[in-house]
Amino acid sequence: MIHVKDLHKSFGTTEVLKGLTTEIKEKEVVCVIGPSGSGKSTFLRCLNLLEDITSGQVIMDGRDLTDPKTNINDVRTDVGMVFQHFNLFPHKTVLENITLAPIKVKGLSNQEAKDVAIPLLDKVGLSDKADVYPSSLSGGQKQRVAIARALAMNPKVMLFDEPTSALDPELVGEVLEVMKDLAKEGMTMVVVTHEMGFAREVGDRVFFIDEGIFMEEDTPENIFHNPQNPRTQEFLSKIL
Amino acid sequence: MIENIKGVSPYLIEGIQLTLLITIVGVLIGFVIGAFIGIGRLSKNKLIYSFSSIYVETIRGTPILVQIFFIYFGLSDLFGINFDKITASIIAIAINAGAYIAEIVRGGVQSIDKGQWEAGRSLGLTSSQTMRYIIWPQAFKRMIPPLGNQFIISLKDTSLFSAIAVNELLYQGKQFATTTFVYFEPYFMVGVFYLIITIPSMIVLRMVERRLDV
Repeated sequence: MIHVKDLHKSFGTTEVLKGLTTEIKEKEVVCVIGPSGSGKSTFLRCLNLLEDITSGQVIMDGRDLTDPKTNINDVRTDVGMVFQHFNLFPHKTVLENITLAPIKVKGLSNQEAKDVAIPLLDKVGLSDKADVYPSSLSGGQKQRVAIARALAMNPKVMLFDEPTSALDPELVGEVLEVMKDLAKEGMTMVVVTHEMGFAREVGDRVFFIDEGIFMEEDTPENIFHNPQNPRTQEFLSKIL
Repeated sequence: MIENIKGVSPYLIEGIQLTLLITIVGVLIGFVIGAFIGIGRLSKNKLIYSFSSIYVETIRGTPILVQIFFIYFGLSDLFGINFDKITASIIAIAINAGAYIAEIVRGGVQSIDKGQWEAGRSLGLTSSQTMRYIIWPQAFKRMIPPLGNQFIISLKDTSLFSAIAVNELLYQGKQFATTTFVYFEPYFMVGVFYLIITIPSMIVLRMVERRLDV
């Protein structure tokens, strides 16, 4: 589904990603963990070209993102993204947040888009919030709306960039529940996270990234109980 | 005194209509210019960026009086372009306000969190769709207070067009003064007439701001 080949990313003279190579299969849930500044968010943002790729290749569902001929907007409709700070549109209602892209990008009518949005709101448990503005929602509710918004484009892959890091601790659970349901339904997911419990329970594989390199990638079982790389051991000993 | 006030008022009522016409039409055109130039100042395209920047800095760096003389006399002299006085005034306000509004637009757009762009783009919206549906509506709200200010500044700037004998408010007062040799009442009343427009404008602006909660 996603092929990453020798991915490099520099900001000015600082090299953040130093040659990442991996493959993520359909329906796989990959959790990316690592210390802050390790490049895990940058890696994720390269997968839908929110960051330009300095060198190397990312092939998303058969489409080469580094090929200038690839229509990046087309690719992005297949790749949903959920942000740490939700990034809901504050001037639009919850429903409008979800229907905007289906209407403007896919050309759905208002009614068709609504028919897509309502079941999704139901799925994230917020059908009663369709007509309110994001400012009246809690962080957990905002993030669930953001997930519904991404799902409205019917993506093949979902990217999560520290989806629970900005939430009050008691609100983390409700967001993780939605993500677990999504994983169960067979969504291909790449999740940058600090929630080791989630990584262990839901992840098919865990990537440990440090200094712009995949230090270790393995099943959660092996990463958490029997890490091979000393950097992984050190990182896990600090947080577990 | 009262007699002189009564005497000058019809002139000023005529003048203020022209002042308002020049200001409103000029600022509206200026807003269109400002929107394009302001967004141009954020462009990654070097040509668009340079053009926009040169425009803004040239206009902001020269007095509006020079600009109106250039438009009215200068263009006529070199290219034979003869605008009538009112058209020349509207163009001067539009070009001048356009430069300042461009900065307002740039600031407004830049003040919107980068995450809003990213959210729009990640959903597959093009950059112009993201601008139109996500960034602009939010940015425009924040532009309203400075746009209101610019309207008031431009309104007062129209008094400079008395220098090319446009029959706007100040010129009308001056005409009365120089023909009657009465100076206090006409200029006092010219000031009052400006305030009749500017003070309610500021109050309306304050109300709009509060309504929009910006």
